[in-house]
Amino acid sequence: MKPIEGQRLDWAPLALLAAVGVAALALIGSPSTWVTLTIAGLAMGLLIFIMASGLTLVFGLMDVMNFAHGLFIAIGAYLAVSTLRLFSAAAGADSFLANLAAVMPAMLAAMLVAGLLGWFFERVIIRPVYGQHLKQILITTGGMIVAEQLIHVFWGPDLQPLARPASLRGAFIIGDMAIEKYRLIAVAIGLVVFAGMMLLLNRTKIGLLIRAGVENKEMVEAMGYRIRRLFVGVFVAGSALAGLGGALWGMYQESVTVHIGANMMVLMFIVIIIGGLGSIGGCFAGALLVGLVANYVGYLAPKVALGSNILLMVLVLLWRPQGLYPVSKT
Amino acid sequence: MAENLLELSGVHTHIAQYHILQGVEFAVPRGELTMLLGRNGAGKTTTLRTILGLWRASAGTIRFESADITQRETPDIANLGIAYVPESMGIFAGLTVQENLVLAARNGAPAGERLERIFRFFPPIKTFWHLPAGLLSGGQKQMLAISRAIVEPRKLILIDEPTKGLAPAIINNLIEAFAELKQTDTTILMVEQNFHAARSLGDSVAVMDSGRIVHTGRMAELAANEALQTKLLGLSLETHQ
Repeated sequence: MKPIEGQRLDWAPLALLAAVGVAALALIGSPSTWVTLTIAGLAMGLLIFIMASGLTLVFGLMDVMNFAHGLFIAIGAYLAVSTLRLFSAAAGADSFLANLAAVMPAMLAAMLVAGLLGWFFERVIIRPVYGQHLKQILITTGGMIVAEQLIHVFWGPDLQPLARPASLRGAFIIGDMAIEKYRLIAVAIGLVVFAGMMLLLNRTKIGLLIRAGVENKEMVEAMGYRIRRLFVGVFVAGSALAGLGGALWGMYQESVTVHIGANMMVLMFIVIIIGGLGSIGGCFAGALLVGLVANYVGYLAPKVALGSNILLMVLVLLWRPQGLYPVSKT
Repeated sequence: MAENLLELSGVHTHIAQYHILQGVEFAVPRGELTMLLGRNGAGKTTTLRTILGLWRASAGTIRFESADITQRETPDIANLGIAYVPESMGIFAGLTVQENLVLAARNGAPAGERLERIFRFFPPIKTFWHLPAGLLSGGQKQMLAISRAIVEPRKLILIDEPTKGLAPAIINNLIEAFAELKQTDTTILMVEQNFHAARSLGDSVAVMDSGRIVHTGRMAELAANEALQTKLLGLSLETHQ
């Protein structure tokens, strides 16, 4: 398919990101501190994007409010703990390739199990409550509570350490800047996931169907496509991505608790609302904005850091009530 | 007399607590353009949506090529060769014109004689091929919605008020396109409030009132009978031109 001629990118949200960065540089004063905070913000934002992208598509495509999305994050993180223990020799080796041989199975296991759990969750929990928002909130919240208790059964109630392999620890020192290796890796993985999703959505027929379904699922069905199958696929893929995000986030924090996913839910909802419900581009821009603001404000005014993202959401919605990149609903 | 492609028999449809269709009975002859007329709220749109399974019939039977499709899922019904152009047009605003047609063409990318015919019927489709459909004007969106329905051979096209809200010049353009489409033996069931368009295009007609069919016959006969028009529709066709 040819590139879309005549379709102009809306630069305003990206300009906002740049403006936030420039304003932060002026307020922070020190370029090296600013670079460190910016890389940390981008890494945090891209990890949130990986976790939240499935949530926004699930809401956009089928109007499902899944308050249990954090479950897949938690499962991904715990799977990373178990897999890295299993490959502890490779994880502890002083070789990048050996470390990779431990991290890759951890990420794959997180995605596979979270995806399978997503398939089960859609069939058992979500399917009976299509179109019923209140019931969706209640039953997915209930599902989350049950799942957290099951995690206690399998992994215990205590905090689980999740040490990063040797070659993912430490920082690159450039002048007086210290840039953590793992944050750069998180940025790289986040950008690869974003690029992959954009390619899928814009260059394949399945992607076209997802975009069309987010706008008007009834019309997609009237054209002869089974939107339900598409939705199951999106739900499973979104769950797998949340699992991947959980594994990466666990390694980012170097520890995992049963609440790792639930703790991210507020941030993820802020991101998908800021971005525009159902919009992957919006989710990307919103996640970067949230990540950067959280890090800049955390440095500049730690006492208001907790509420900074809520304030950010209010300001963005005052500017664009439908989000940064709203999805047309027909 | 042409054989019937679609037959509705005693069809009832409930939407929430409302009993909208109350025993709809009529047939759509193969190869003809059947007009479904009636006052606002008579149940015309509900009839189209019930045929396509977007709203489920609570009683009665809908037969397409003699097969009972009453309880089938919408995608199954559409895949029998039925296209739908809703009143809202249902275009995907964030997708380009090309992408809208790619989705509508189930059996491969839109190409060849059919695509050329669409470009001939509706030149703006070619002009704005790579433009997001949401940027088209109302008339151009309607052209795109109809193009999606005819991008592949269909046995039946359900069209809901295609001329609604459009400028007279565009309405004439659409009437010409439908007139040419009729020559291809495509069967069409069209809801229409523009009686000039209805009279120009309709072969047969069914008139609805309060969820029931109150008249069926040839469009030419209804167009010639002002008293019947007044009785069935409240106003004559001439008044509506």
